[in-house]
Amino acid sequence: MTRLLSRRALVLGGAAALAGCDRLARHETVRDALFSADNFHKWAQRGLMRPDALAHEFRPDQISPFFRANGTANPDTPAYRALWRSGFADWRLRVGGMVARPLSLSLAQLHAMPHREQITRHDCVEGWSAIGKWRGVPLSLILDAARMHGRARYVVLRCADDMGGGARYYESIDLIDAFHPQTILAFALNDRPLRVANGAPLRLRVERQLGYKHAKYLMAIEAVESLSGIGAGKGGYWEDRAGYDWYAGI
Amino acid sequence: MGQGQAAAVMPRMVQRHRLSTRLWHWLNAMLLYMLFTSGLGIFNAHPRLYWGQYGANFDHAWLEPGRFPGWITLPALYDLAMARHWHLTAAPVLLFSLLVYMFWSLGNGHIRRDLLFRRGELAPGHVWRDIQDHARLRFPTGEAALRYTVLQKGSYGAVIFLLLPVAILTGLAMSPGMNAAWPWLIDLFGGRQSARSIHFIAAFALAAFFLVHILMVLLAGPLNEVRSMLTGRYRVPEKRR
Ligand code: HEM
Ligand code: HEM
Repeated sequence: MTRLLSRRALVLGGAAALAGCDRLARHETVRDALFSADNFHKWAQRGLMRPDALAHEFRPDQISPFFRANGTANPDTPAYRALWRSGFADWRLRVGGMVARPLSLSLAQLHAMPHREQITRHDCVEGWSAIGKWRGVPLSLILDAARMHGRARYVVLRCADDMGGGARYYESIDLIDAFHPQTILAFALNDRPLRVANGAPLRLRVERQLGYKHAKYLMAIEAVESLSGIGAGKGGYWEDRAGYDWYAGI
Repeated sequence: MGQGQAAAVMPRMVQRHRLSTRLWHWLNAMLLYMLFTSGLGIFNAHPRLYWGQYGANFDHAWLEPGRFPGWITLPALYDLAMARHWHLTAAPVLLFSLLVYMFWSLGNGHIRRDLLFRRGELAPGHVWRDIQDHARLRFPTGEAALRYTVLQKGSYGAVIFLLLPVAILTGLAMSPGMNAAWPWLIDLFGGRQSARSIHFIAAFALAAFFLVHILMVLLAGPLNEVRSMLTGRYRVPEKRR
């Protein structure tokens, strides 16, 4: 009988502890502690790697048969539809913020710049992975061409997809990732122009972080000193909206 | 376990567990609880497991157990961001507390005296007898009760030196940042989706250990057992005649 009781106490105790954890997570200090773990992971990972340490690049025969798309499948706004209909001939990437020479780049101009090609693994925060071959322009070339100010600390990526209520998808990365050799603005996946589901006409690849950092449907990039004042200030749409980590290296 | 202090009167009380063992044990149990339940919450975001470098919806999954119910996930309501906050906060604490515990237990002799097998203990006859004793719930008494049995040593050793390290290393191997920092780590496990599968298997192996562990504690006398792990004090069971 006591055994039965203690077993039941254990199960109840387990359930109560879970409810307790949920309740605990509503306290400000507990939340702050839980939400600052990504600072630790960023600090630890950056300490363990060279700034330009590369993500693994795969062989062509290791590419996923089908590259799963996620998030917005099609921005489908009137403006995006119009761009798509013209084969993105009227699309421009605006480069602004803290730069000496703001740019407005067409797809043809991007094609004319030096490219990088890389077969890398895309890891979604949900847990799945897909390997694909990306081709695009290193972000560092574009930031150099725009002559970014020395005071800028982050690069914000603005997207075409409306996430509801007029909020546009956006993301941000710091300069270590912005100037990383594998950080490219990609216009091709597996030797074909990006499909709409994969982010046409242009998307970010930031290979040492999870999928939600790889902003699709790029419209503008902006060099900034601080992330406060942009969206809700957490540095990205999902960071603002759902509390995802800004540093998505794990 | 500490040295038994001889006492003339029955029941004999001894100092069984060192402070370091007790502190680590309960911290570790609490962290594993958070990691397992938040891990299942994370798993629910994509409840499919694969082998190899890649794996998504169009690829072959070797396991599709469905979603885990809310009573065993943290948080109870599906919230991937929150589950990841719990998991990734508890994980480094687990890692560093295990490292400290390993070195401490090496220094204070806990590993050598209590966890390593002694000469003769691994002889088939001895192991077989220990299995029979466990199956018949004949727990050691008298002097013999002051040490872990072979099965205890084997399973505690497996938890500390195999299952926890594998869970930690596969957890780190799933990190794209760590993949750039330590490329050998993911190669060790044969790719990211293999690492995820092994991580899942290690988590359930720990859960299976826990179920047997808790059953044994209940059967061996929960009050005395848990007291010895909380305060260190243990009443030596009277010798069977
Ligand atoms: C340092 C230690 C650990 C780290 C860094 C870590 C990291 C992770 C990461 C990154 C994921 C997400 C995988 C995905 O994308 O789906 C995950 C999932 C998970 N973790 Fe851990 N973890 C650690 C320890 C543990 C331990 C000790 C347990 C078990 C008690 C555990 C149980 C799980 C489970 C069940 C999942 C979901 C299923 C899966 O992806 O395997 N983790 N962990
Ligand atoms: C509420 C749950 C738990 C209770 C009541 C409990 C109780 C105990 C007790 C009484 C002992 C000492 C056994 C002896 O003296 O013969 C022990 C040792 C141990 N337990 Fe637990 N335990 C719990 C959870 C866990 C969990 C979750 C794990 C890990 C998966 C674990 C791993 C261990 C290990 C590795 C030892 C040996 C420690 C050493 O000597 O280094 N326990 N536990």
